[in-house]
Amino acid sequence: MSYLTVENAKTLIQNGHATKCPPAKNGFITNALHDSKASKDMCNGSISNGNGAFHHSKKEQPLTILSRLNVMSSNLFYFFWKHFRRLFSRHSSKSKPHLNGSACKMQESHSDPDEWKSRESFEAPSVYVVATTMLGFTMVMLLNALSRFIYAPKVAVENKNRKGYAPLYNKFDLFYSQYVYRRVKDCWNRPICSVPGVEVELKDRVSHDSNWTFQFSGTTSKCINLGSYNYLGFAENSGPSIEAVKETIKTYGVSLCSSPSEYGLSPLHFELEKLTARFLGVDDAIIFGMGFGTNVLNLPCILSEGCLVFSDEKNHASLILSLRLSKASITVFKHNNMKDLERKLRTAIIKGQPKTGKPWKKILVIVEGVYSMEGSIVHLPQLLKLKEKYKVYLYVDEAHSVGALGPGGRGVTEYFGIDPKKIDILMGTFTKSFNAAGGYLAGSQEVIDYIRRNSHGTHYAPSMSPPIMRQISTTMQIIMGEDGTDEGQRRIGQLRKNIRYFRQKLHQIGVIIFGNDNSPVVPLMVYLFSKLHIVLKEFKERNVAVVGVGFPAAPLYMGRLRFCISAGHTKEQLDTAIGIIAEFADQFGLKYSKKPRFEGEIKYEDVKV
Amino acid sequence: MVFEPLISVNKFILNASLQDFLLESVLGVVFLWCLYSWRKKKHSALSLEEEEEIIRNWHPEPLVSSSEPPIDRDPANYPLVTSKVDVITQINGKNFLNFASHNYYGFAANPTVEKRVIDCLHKYGVGTCGPRGFYGTLDIHLNLEQKLADFMGMEEAALYSYGFSAVASAISAYAKKPDIIFADEKVNFRIQKGLDASRSTIVFFKHNDMDDLKAKLEEQRKKDLKNPSKAKKIRRFCIIEGIYMNTGNICKLPEIVALCTEYKLRVFVDESISLFTIGKTGRGVTEYFNIPTTEVDLIMGSLEFSLGSGGGFVIGTSYVVEQQRLSGLGYCFSASLAPILTEAGMAAIEVLEQDAKLKDELSSKCRYIDEQLRKLLSDFFSVSGHEESPIKHLFLVVSLPRDEEETILKSIVKYCFKRNIILSMPTYLDKEVFMPRPSILLTINVAVSTSQISEMCSVLKDACTQVCFRQKLVFASQ
Ligand SMILES: Cc1ncc(COP(=O)(O)O)c(C=O)c1O
Repeated sequence: MSYLTVENAKTLIQNGHATKCPPAKNGFITNALHDSKASKDMCNGSISNGNGAFHHSKKEQPLTILSRLNVMSSNLFYFFWKHFRRLFSRHSSKSKPHLNGSACKMQESHSDPDEWKSRESFEAPSVYVVATTMLGFTMVMLLNALSRFIYAPKVAVENKNRKGYAPLYNKFDLFYSQYVYRRVKDCWNRPICSVPGVEVELKDRVSHDSNWTFQFSGTTSKCINLGSYNYLGFAENSGPSIEAVKETIKTYGVSLCSSPSEYGLSPLHFELEKLTARFLGVDDAIIFGMGFGTNVLNLPCILSEGCLVFSDEKNHASLILSLRLSKASITVFKHNNMKDLERKLRTAIIKGQPKTGKPWKKILVIVEGVYSMEGSIVHLPQLLKLKEKYKVYLYVDEAHSVGALGPGGRGVTEYFGIDPKKIDILMGTFTKSFNAAGGYLAGSQEVIDYIRRNSHGTHYAPSMSPPIMRQISTTMQIIMGEDGTDEGQRRIGQLRKNIRYFRQKLHQIGVIIFGNDNSPVVPLMVYLFSKLHIVLKEFKERNVAVVGVGFPAAPLYMGRLRFCISAGHTKEQLDTAIGIIAEFADQFGLKYSKKPRFEGEIKYEDVKV
Repeated sequence: MVFEPLISVNKFILNASLQDFLLESVLGVVFLWCLYSWRKKKHSALSLEEEEEIIRNWHPEPLVSSSEPPIDRDPANYPLVTSKVDVITQINGKNFLNFASHNYYGFAANPTVEKRVIDCLHKYGVGTCGPRGFYGTLDIHLNLEQKLADFMGMEEAALYSYGFSAVASAISAYAKKPDIIFADEKVNFRIQKGLDASRSTIVFFKHNDMDDLKAKLEEQRKKDLKNPSKAKKIRRFCIIEGIYMNTGNICKLPEIVALCTEYKLRVFVDESISLFTIGKTGRGVTEYFNIPTTEVDLIMGSLEFSLGSGGGFVIGTSYVVEQQRLSGLGYCFSASLAPILTEAGMAAIEVLEQDAKLKDELSSKCRYIDEQLRKLLSDFFSVSGHEESPIKHLFLVVSLPRDEEETILKSIVKYCFKRNIILSMPTYLDKEVFMPRPSILLTINVAVSTSQISEMCSVLKDACTQVCFRQKLVFASQ
């Protein structure tokens, strides 16, 4: 087994380099290599040696069964890809080649001066990349399926007294988590032991049994943090908000031990709800102890049978779960594609409810402000036009956009210069820009009153913890400038500058980044499953904390890194990170982008916001 | 090379060359596509104007139905907590005797806990800025998970940032559409939402009625006999609470475990209230009934009640809990538990472990109150709740229509409020599967003194006589 793999890999590496194929192939090779221990070491070796260990040995190897399989399946994939390409490249039509950032400003001569605000890019990968990615994934699955026969699970086995019970998991899930996900497990759930600020201290861990178990090695490593949702840099353990929180702990303790409908309210609640409403520019707001729960506890009470919901395909799990809990019908539309939405809206209204043909009771469109995996910003102006024409209601989840978008940090409405009252329900979380916990719903008095009466959260869940409320209100006041300083404005400006700079620089490197130029979430496409793994590992070695998203959280062939930019990042930190990304882009072949690049030097000082 | 298998199949079937085969398939596809688009055209026969007409004429219902008056949002009209929650709690600046907050051990106002929370604040800040997978796992999360697992003598625990989502997500991580869940009809709302999310078949059995459960299981067994191979794959779960939130009763764990073993059901217990309060050393219903924890597949709980913090957790074998980390939605896709709440939970457990007497004290207080209530108030209330349970439900002795009961109970609670005692009345939404009967919920704090208990009882008695007098009610026993 191991012989086959190694030999096979060698052959492919030679072929790959001899024919000057795009370096994407390396990732695929790592896939093949991952399986056997010997080959794994070899792979790591080759990479730390600058990926050059095999370059010079040109001896041809006979084709083994496995490489024959590779070629066969890659051909099959190629055919598949060619014919079904449209299915995959739904984004490609949107990706007008343009220069990112300041370079593209020069080209702006459109009738709509705000067009740039919703300009986004989802550059489609080449056929070759998709084929190798799928192939790579197939290989990982095949080889791990083999290794499952050889190595029995070492930990986490079912209790003996449950023999004869129906299996708790289906076979594939178990296989995927035990044999596929386990191989890359070390790159997720990394424990930290400091505040998750712009720098974060990771607790180093090692595994002596191929990631079945981990042990702490006793050391820590300080990393530049490009992984936490710390958009405004409030993840700090000192400063005005921490002092205020401390005082609150002293007066209120950490919990009121009761739900808001019983004795779970304090003056802080009223203050925070009023402040949130004022901050967002709407009538009223209601707060809950968990952002995820804000969706899950409340959407079901607005929706009933006979309602129709249009949900963006990239919507967050909390939205999907809450729709599942409601009895409403659900239609999914293509990500940020207003044409698709309009077409589906028309059909839905014209046809009415299935079977009965009765008109729908109401239609709710659910979108997010900034999409956390795609880095795109909702096309709100177009959406509002649809809202007016088709009389639908709008629910915008601003988890990632509140604080991070708009000149005053008020989210996506302010970013587009739209009156927030035009949106029926604004939802957001306090976990990100405010470095706290919980979520809010905001809107007209009528809507919020209804939610207040009927929300599952006000009756069945304990109210928000007072110190956490205090953290939110102090940071919110800082953002609004009500603390008497311009600290909030400074952070917002810094964040915008950092985002622009970082995105422009990455684009110049030639990697594919997704989304809007002004979005704080920057996904960098890696595609290959095991390339993702190796890149994540290497980032850790170089003391940069980044997040990788692979299957099943992202589509199979769309593995990506995700950077979250913070106002706290200094130019030096960003430059260090960018330098490392540029290096890795060469080393691992991440320069997939075919767009024209801006050649000149991008200066931090000159970045326009 | 790729075509080899194709060609052989091709030759075998059609005895033609590859080109022919490809050509034919292409033609076939084109034909089908034409057919499809033709049919589609025929269907949408409406003209653009007609379509616009329909769209113009469609008027949705308002987003929310607003028959009710606006809510009064003047804070002056609300009972607002203005101090730490303890036996004596300040409401709007005045001191009240508190029998309403779920703070059984008083950890919400414990100085040791507070000190550790403040230290933690200075180390970690307030939020975690990310889910567990993405740098939101703090070392103190892992420590608390380890602590919980060790406390229960089980393999692993997983922390959630919200008690509600812990229970609701835990269930749907295992139970899927084809599965069957047997649940007590009095399970709390969190569990009900978990049942909804799982989309499995739900069978409710009567509250704590083992015969009914057995009958339902037997019924299912008969159904299974019709299709044994399919039945083998159906996962079965039994979901109960340790101490029921809505009744205060303890579950009949030994019988449940026996039945579940016989019928091969996995047992999930929501121990939000019973954990830390029941059993010799506070290890919940398994300890109380002396049943090995291996008999229970998953224990769900929350840091909100006994520990006076926030968040939830599940405990079980690694085999079971691991799944939470991969597909518990509220675990994977939500920011992790705030460090200060984590530390508060940790500190609380450690205090509990160090001071073994605390648990005994709570039990004796609970028993005492139980006794007193039954002795002094049996004319008015039937007391529901296990004697050691830290929550007691007081139901009216006479049964009346729901809204009348509600008004009476409300006036009783109001009267007590005037006499500086807070009691709570749980509020329920009409989404409950089986609407619980209105009741007064009494929670017990370990630090409450006997004189305070007598005071509460006498005020409650006064309240009842007053209210009943006003309502011209004659109780059955009078
Ligand atoms: C769009 C969206 N909604 C809701 C949430 C959940 O928020 P919280 O982490 O506060 O539970 C998230 C978090 O990742 C999110 O991205």
